[in-house]
Amino acid sequence: MQIQEVTVLNETGIHARPASMFVKAAGKFKSNIFVIKADKEINAKSIVGVMAGGITQGTTVKIKAEGEDEVNAVAELVQMINDRFDE
Amino acid sequence: MFIKEGIIASPGISIARALVYEKADVQVSADRHEDSHQEIDKFNQALDESQKQLEEIQLKTADELGEEDAAIFEAHGMILRDPEFLESVEKEISDRKVSAAYAVQIVTDRLVMMFEQMNDPYFSARAADVKDVGNRVRNNSLGIVMADLSKLQEDVIIIADDLAPSDTALMDKMRVLGFATNVGSRTSHTAIMARSLEIPAVLGLTDIVQNVKTGDMIIIDGLSGRIIVNPDRYQIKAAEDDQRGYQTYLKELECLKDLEAVTLDGHKVELVGNIGEPGDVQGVRKNGGTGIGLYRTEFLYMNSDTMPGEDKQMAAYRSVLEAFPDGPVIIRTMDIGGDKKLPYLPLDDEMNPFLGLRAIRLCFKEIELFKTQLRAILRASVYGNAYIMFPMISNVDEVRQGKKILAECMAELDALQVPYRKDVKVGVMIEIPSAAITADIIAKEVDFFSIGTNDLCQYTIAVDRMNQDVSYLYDPFNPAILRLVKQVIQASNDQPGLFTGMCGEMAGDPMAVVILLGLGLQEFSMSALSIPRVKKIIRNVRYQDAKKIAEEALMLETGVAVMVHILESMKKLKIEI
Repeated sequence: MQIQEVTVLNETGIHARPASMFVKAAGKFKSNIFVIKADKEINAKSIVGVMAGGITQGTTVKIKAEGEDEVNAVAELVQMINDRFDE
Repeated sequence: MFIKEGIIASPGISIARALVYEKADVQVSADRHEDSHQEIDKFNQALDESQKQLEEIQLKTADELGEEDAAIFEAHGMILRDPEFLESVEKEISDRKVSAAYAVQIVTDRLVMMFEQMNDPYFSARAADVKDVGNRVRNNSLGIVMADLSKLQEDVIIIADDLAPSDTALMDKMRVLGFATNVGSRTSHTAIMARSLEIPAVLGLTDIVQNVKTGDMIIIDGLSGRIIVNPDRYQIKAAEDDQRGYQTYLKELECLKDLEAVTLDGHKVELVGNIGEPGDVQGVRKNGGTGIGLYRTEFLYMNSDTMPGEDKQMAAYRSVLEAFPDGPVIIRTMDIGGDKKLPYLPLDDEMNPFLGLRAIRLCFKEIELFKTQLRAILRASVYGNAYIMFPMISNVDEVRQGKKILAECMAELDALQVPYRKDVKVGVMIEIPSAAITADIIAKEVDFFSIGTNDLCQYTIAVDRMNQDVSYLYDPFNPAILRLVKQVIQASNDQPGLFTGMCGEMAGDPMAVVILLGLGLQEFSMSALSIPRVKKIIRNVRYQDAKKIAEEALMLETGVAVMVHILESMKKLKIEI
């Protein structure tokens, strides 16, 4: 299992366009991937789950992946958040 | 034959046969289905089928309208494959032993509610997407084949409850001449689609689907908002004439659109539009308006179930400001009260609502509500030329109080280091006689006046124009009104840098144009469709002549005498109305 903490910095948070980018990126991996916000685990491959997660600017979340490509999955998704979704 | 009236969503006139597009009123029941595996199989087959349909729609849309419009169906595909959606449906099927269709229905309803409750335009649109996808999967799992609009044999007017993006995507656009629906508003998908196809649409007809059969003859008039079902031949003849008239008008509009509103002797005025929603700016631009003279912000409040927040308001103001980078955008703070009520802001019933707690008076009582709006306007001000206008001002103290609250909002934004235009212009509506009479006093406190003739007439003449027994008294050419208009313009001329506009119906009345021009009105604000006609008159008159006609009109004793004088003068000068 791979897990890493990251703070969402872009203005819209993981909503709208960033949410769709995020879910698409997560979908490329075979691992089971979750966004952990407080005690809530959100399936990173679910657009509905991610958008309903209320991950706004300034929220700190953990990205967790389990599976054969877990290292790359966490790395890429954390990178995406740190790059502020190219906003 | 019968006639129905609805909401005008797209202009134009068409005559064709009806095609009633009924989405089967699908009923699903919570009956027990013990064999969950079989239902899950059914669900998976429905998903595959839906996936295929969506891919086809996406391809066709990309082909016809471009990738951008097709993107919505990609979003639909994402919802279709969404693990949260899939898991929830499968869980419902196995835990509650219900049919695939029923499980899809309840999961869809739950998601739609969740998105709708987020109270954000982006998510409301997503709610419609989820519903669209959910209905598709449900229908596929029931084996219901949706009506096909893709292969039409003749020209039709589509009659439906409402149309979703997936209904119109495959539609044979060459054959569809209009939309008439039971529900919908100017901002619904049906309305937007109709305007982009440039076909008439009349929406919100309540029960048109129930009262029309496929094959009925229909006249759809997107100018008056009427549908005539099975018209007689005289009505068809009249509609054909109107069609030709509308074509001529469109050509005329095209010629006038980019020309200035300038008189024969070089006096220039500004022609701008009245709007209620950001979407209305297209109409103003298309008709050659150079800005917004009245943005009625109360619709933002009235079209919402809860108080619209600062961000939501700011986004609306910003989009209007960005539509007119060069022209003025006069944002009137909300005019709620009187006959306009909000579900989430309870107000006592009043004996005389029009003389009671409304507009700026309500804002002074609900100060936080007012400040939210002012901060939203200030924040949006960096995106264009925002003018703030206070409605229902009756004396100079109210202007000072409004400005004081505005200054407080500015200080709040300064503290947060939020940028705004410090030079934002502040003005007032002149619609109460006491304000018109003391315009010279108020002039020292403001950057502009905008005369609201509808209320000014009502209050000056003490007449309710909705009351048929007395509405004959309502007359903007009444000498009392003309004198007040003159006085207000005079007061603004005496104060350097001030200007006076008009945003009441009189400003768009072809009969009134010459007099208002002659009285020195600098800005005429009206509904988009009136702009070309008014511009044409202005371009055909000399300012010197207009001044003379106005002076003469002010000596007359009655409104009727004024109208006769206008007609005769225009005839003499060979100006067409």
